[in-house]
Amino acid sequence: MRVVVDLNRCQGYAQCCYAAPAHFELRGHEILFYDPAPPEAARGRIERAQQACPVRAISVEGIDLAEEDAP
Amino acid sequence: MSGRAGIVIVGASLAGLRGAEALRRGGYEGPLTLVGDEPYRPYDRPPLSKHVLAGELAADATALPQLLPLRARWRLGSPATGLDRNAKIVRLADGSSLAYDTLLVATGARARRWPGEAEFAGIFTIRGRDEAADLRAALARDPRSVLIVGGGLIGCEAASCCRDLGLPVTLVDPNPTPLARALGTLVGGTLAARMRAAGVDLRPGTQVRALEGEAGQGCRARLADGGSIAADLVIVALGAVRDTGWLSEGGLAADAGGLTCDGACRALTQVGVPDPNIFAAGDVARWPNPLYGGRLIAVEHWGNAVEQAAHAARNMLNPADPQPYAHLPAFWSSQFGLNIKMVGLADGADSVAIVQGSRAAGRFLAVYGREGRTIAAVSFDEARWLPAYAERIAAGAAFPPIHDATDQPAIETRPPGFPPPRPFPASRGRVPEAAHA
Repeated sequence: MRVVVDLNRCQGYAQCCYAAPAHFELRGHEILFYDPAPPEAARGRIERAQQACPVRAISVEGIDLAEEDAP
Repeated sequence: MSGRAGIVIVGASLAGLRGAEALRRGGYEGPLTLVGDEPYRPYDRPPLSKHVLAGELAADATALPQLLPLRARWRLGSPATGLDRNAKIVRLADGSSLAYDTLLVATGARARRWPGEAEFAGIFTIRGRDEAADLRAALARDPRSVLIVGGGLIGCEAASCCRDLGLPVTLVDPNPTPLARALGTLVGGTLAARMRAAGVDLRPGTQVRALEGEAGQGCRARLADGGSIAADLVIVALGAVRDTGWLSEGGLAADAGGLTCDGACRALTQVGVPDPNIFAAGDVARWPNPLYGGRLIAVEHWGNAVEQAAHAARNMLNPADPQPYAHLPAFWSSQFGLNIKMVGLADGADSVAIVQGSRAAGRFLAVYGREGRTIAAVSFDEARWLPAYAERIAAGAAFPPIHDATDQPAIETRPPGFPPPRPFPASRGRVPEAAHA
């Protein structure tokens, strides 16, 4: 699955890091490192991270959305 | 808008994708085609110069999420090569043509190449996914030394990655400090100290004049100050050139600095009239930004690609009611363990004030002023303060905007130390400006 975080918007509240610690990590004081391509099996945790973000900075692709388009 | 050709978006990166989504979200039901020069679906570029170089992410891992069904036709791997506005046709490199009713130009920019002759294979740039993959592979082969030419955002991020990898790295930049054009030398000096503490051999105030190949694969860089540097690998980080070459015969006001638009994202012809069927967004678009006195600027940052594409899409769908695009530029960068975030354009500032934290502590928020107005703010590891200042900047607040808060240090106002403007090659009309270099 595909994930992107708007790091202009991110304020380092780290709620995603609690919701999905294997895929979001805070480094130093406020650098967010995240996995832009987590496995589909992690979708539940990733979506919890998305919902937990106080500034709504996380975007997640719905299942198989890109594949609907003709190549 | 109701024609059979529909909407064609040239450029399949962040602006092209978000523009396409905004068109569908805005109710556009007609044909939609995205043209991309690379053979890849849209991907995110900021991680390329950070986590991809560091080996933490594969170069192909940053595909962007698509946020709603696009029902689009994708023409990937076949760059646009020409535009015929009379026939309303875009020509592609594979010899085919695409008719459009409305066109969105979102071709972005590409890395500026090393301008001189180079008889040396180990020269890299960072812009696209393939470039990042090639450079990552070369870094993983443990070069004995890395030379970075240019101390802008990309050069500094690459230097940070090289040090994380334990590679000896030298960075050469003509200005007194890194990021001098974006932040000024007062704030840039803080970063310079951080880079040196991390082991970067920083060579400010000079330039690489020539890169000479040497027997045994390495190269020798000749500096303007007479010195020279031996390097196994060279990263050229000299900014970007807007991808407008394919527009050269189209009669639009386009050059290496961008495609000039009116305030509503409509492309201007060479006589300064908007083409009602051609819009532009993202790095390639140069437009009069009302937040900066209508100055023509092109903003090559992530947030502008997203916002301007959505704004252009809105205007494409409402041609009778074009709305002006006002945008407060913003960027982030992570390097040397620091989170650097900026809002606004600081160039032209006449003073800077540290309003939170301190440079000595390495965490601070600096605000830039020009003629008594607040025009920009930068945070080093103090990002949560930034939105409050962004609001004041957008509102054109006095400088400094907040000056009696109990949690602030005594505000000290100093000259920001911007280098003199670069001489621009002779160009017609107004001098184009970039948000950063």
